[in-house]
Amino acid sequence: MNAEVIDQLLDPARRTAIKGVAAVSGVLLFGFHIPTVRAGQKATGSPPLQFEPNAFIRMDQLGTVKLIMPQTEMGQGVYTSIAMILAEELDVSLDQVQVEAAPPNEKLYANPAFGIQATGNSNSIRAFWMPLRKAGASARAILIAAAAKKWNVDPAVCQADRGEVVHAPTGRRIAYRLLVGSTGGIAPPREPALKSVDAFKLIGQPLKRLDTPDKTNGKATYGIDMMLPNMKFATVAACPVFGGAVGTVDQGAALIVFGVRQVIVLDDFVAVVADNMWAAKEGLDALRIAWQPGPNAKIDTREVWRQTRAASERDGVVAKAVGNASQALSQGGDRFDADYELPFLAHATMEPLNCTVEVKQDSCEVWVGTQVISRAQAIAAQVTGLPREKVIAHNLLMGGGFGRRLEVDHIEKAVRVAQKVNGPVKVVWTREEDIQHDIYRPVYLDKLSARLKDGKIVGWRHRITGSSVMARWFPPGFQKGIDIDAVDSAIDVPYDIPNLQIEYVRNEPPAVPTGFWRGVGPNNNVFAVESFVDELAKKAGQDPVAFRRAHLDKTPRLKAALDLVASKSDWGKPIPARFGGRTGRGVEVQVAFASYIATVAEVEVDKNGEVRVTRVVLAIDTGIVVNPDTVIAQMQGGLIFGITAALYGEITIENGRVQQSNFHDYRMLRMDQTPDIQIHIIKSAESPGGIGETGTTAAPPALRNAIFAATGIALRRLPIDRDVLAGRKPSLAHT
Amino acid sequence: MVTLKINGQESSVEAPEQMPLLWVLRDLIGLTGTKFGCGIGQCGACTVHLDGNPVRSCLLPVGAVGNRAITTVEGVGATPAGAKIQKAWLDLEVIQCGYCQSGQIMSATALLNATPQPTDADINAAMSGNICRCGTYVRIREAIKHASKAQP
Repeated sequence: MNAEVIDQLLDPARRTAIKGVAAVSGVLLFGFHIPTVRAGQKATGSPPLQFEPNAFIRMDQLGTVKLIMPQTEMGQGVYTSIAMILAEELDVSLDQVQVEAAPPNEKLYANPAFGIQATGNSNSIRAFWMPLRKAGASARAILIAAAAKKWNVDPAVCQADRGEVVHAPTGRRIAYRLLVGSTGGIAPPREPALKSVDAFKLIGQPLKRLDTPDKTNGKATYGIDMMLPNMKFATVAACPVFGGAVGTVDQGAALIVFGVRQVIVLDDFVAVVADNMWAAKEGLDALRIAWQPGPNAKIDTREVWRQTRAASERDGVVAKAVGNASQALSQGGDRFDADYELPFLAHATMEPLNCTVEVKQDSCEVWVGTQVISRAQAIAAQVTGLPREKVIAHNLLMGGGFGRRLEVDHIEKAVRVAQKVNGPVKVVWTREEDIQHDIYRPVYLDKLSARLKDGKIVGWRHRITGSSVMARWFPPGFQKGIDIDAVDSAIDVPYDIPNLQIEYVRNEPPAVPTGFWRGVGPNNNVFAVESFVDELAKKAGQDPVAFRRAHLDKTPRLKAALDLVASKSDWGKPIPARFGGRTGRGVEVQVAFASYIATVAEVEVDKNGEVRVTRVVLAIDTGIVVNPDTVIAQMQGGLIFGITAALYGEITIENGRVQQSNFHDYRMLRMDQTPDIQIHIIKSAESPGGIGETGTTAAPPALRNAIFAATGIALRRLPIDRDVLAGRKPSLAHT
Repeated sequence: MVTLKINGQESSVEAPEQMPLLWVLRDLIGLTGTKFGCGIGQCGACTVHLDGNPVRSCLLPVGAVGNRAITTVEGVGATPAGAKIQKAWLDLEVIQCGYCQSGQIMSATALLNATPQPTDADINAAMSGNICRCGTYVRIREAIKHASKAQP
């Protein structure tokens, strides 16, 4: 989302309330300065004689360089890319540094894009790019000044080089560690001099990740691996109906299970505490629980869609208007309308939800892998009634986040369990509980209308109906009836369209809790816009690449990506069938998370309607690239995440309960279905864009459009409907 | 009391016979490298070797192990194929979140032991029981081929 759009969406009162709102490279930036650690305010336990120029860097006299990670590692490689940015400006090599997760401290480590400590929205590098460069450069300047003082020379003739200061005229060198004790009293520069881009030694290199060696040999500690002396293990069951409660619990059979210690019955869920997870699970299975289903026991998917479709008939709040869309659409001629629908989705992180807690008389300690460590601390304080400083929260590695670990519902439950347990307890969700008590990607309905004239789009209306996650999770992001995430990549549709109107209808689904899911708002909007544009191209009798290209004059970075992907993907050439099915190639383009991406997918659809994705080619301009290998990895993985959703992803509700429970009925793409994937990075000097979610938003429309090319069937819903593709069911489309 | 041979060392633990090996390893012995993913043998995160053959430890009762040698991700690097796979995983920077990778490495090592020069079809057959939510499959395939070419 761009600065102008953010500015347009925030109301003036709120704009003043949020100090210093500015948008840089597509992120909402709250006022940010390099936080310095004042005396007596230690962010981490540290021995004396440390050089702590700011909240991100610690150096000691033994030569240890510790970098404090404000953003959390969930597989996206951010520990390495953030370390690279700091190390670049500090002028140390990556093998000289250690990384450490930041403790909860909003003052020191808030994400400038949110104003809170959070890792999400693919903005770690965008938000921290300048603050961390300045933090590194500031520390470098202090070290240079310390050396110059020691040598009694002009600091201007000294420079830094891989952990040493060099006096250029004489070639004298001194290691940073020998300067640590001499930095006292040197004021940091007001505006530290940043390196020029062509002087980068680390940024732009495909450096090895810092977190992966311990992930090959079992040494890495994820939240679920937490072990403490005298720790108990617990597992939980919540009422299967959303919003329901625990009625009566017959504990008898559970308490005789070998290893079971305790059954904890709370209003909304039950926990069994035992000597190990297996005993806890056996104990839970042995409980006889009568649930009180409450008011949602009749809710089902059909009702959710009935309400959503009804809401989508209302006029939405106008999030963006250019020209006169109503007039342009009502002038007759080639008017075209289509609705696109997206299902509820679960996150299904490989590491099931878990949290380890010890509640003591006057303190509480929490060990968890989370995208929001300060919220983890806050919820534990809230539940226990302790002041926040009495809650110690440790952030551990995450076995995937995808937005699930932006929530703290599991931490709240774990603390409530720990309040009843003597000593530390690790609460682990079974996969079934994890899937059935997720906070789901909302259903969305996108109504699109357009009119074509002389092969060009002259009028466009896009009405998005869905839950506002922002209103609950980050209220400043919900303004004047508009959720800035839900309309992201819709209000900034990349095409040149003279008359357009983007509307948002907030509609909360009955009973089902909704949250962020990898790809967030663009997930829904890129799918709808790019599916619709493909249908418009067909209506205009044009090639899908040529049709898009003709509307991209004002977005040259995207046009360049489209040209590149068209040439690399053999666009226009036939695809031989490998499995006797119908083949096709589909394209999508997107500007999302400040990255410019064009994607071509190839599919083969067999007579049973089964779809194989055989190849994906993607071109990305994401500005300056910190670690190109990480960009490629994120694109590969993000695409597979998106293909999984498009082929299989759907959570359905019956009698107020989620019907799926584990990987047999909530399917994931596997090795044998994985396509050949080629990623092309476009060299760029622009500010860095986001990457973590972009592949996920790219795959579904490219794949859907490839099916359209292969079969002529315009799918309007995800996941793909194999009955429609096999001709067993009529298509919803009327093309 | 059950006596197990894990990564070349004997361990005796107090565990009911029907307790899955996964929880014996993780919760009783403290070898947390082997992961819990689904509990129903669908995802492969809990894969370990019994006498070199890959098994899903979440479904395997500890009483059924007998005297077969258990190898986990903590010990697989001591075998030639395991070391090659671990190195290939780093050479090609396969890993993202890493949670499923213990199981992927165990499955890939077993594949390489059984089939030193695996084809794509062999890789599909051996690896399709291991889910990776981060989507590292492209690199897993490349890394297995890379490891198959590596000298011991």
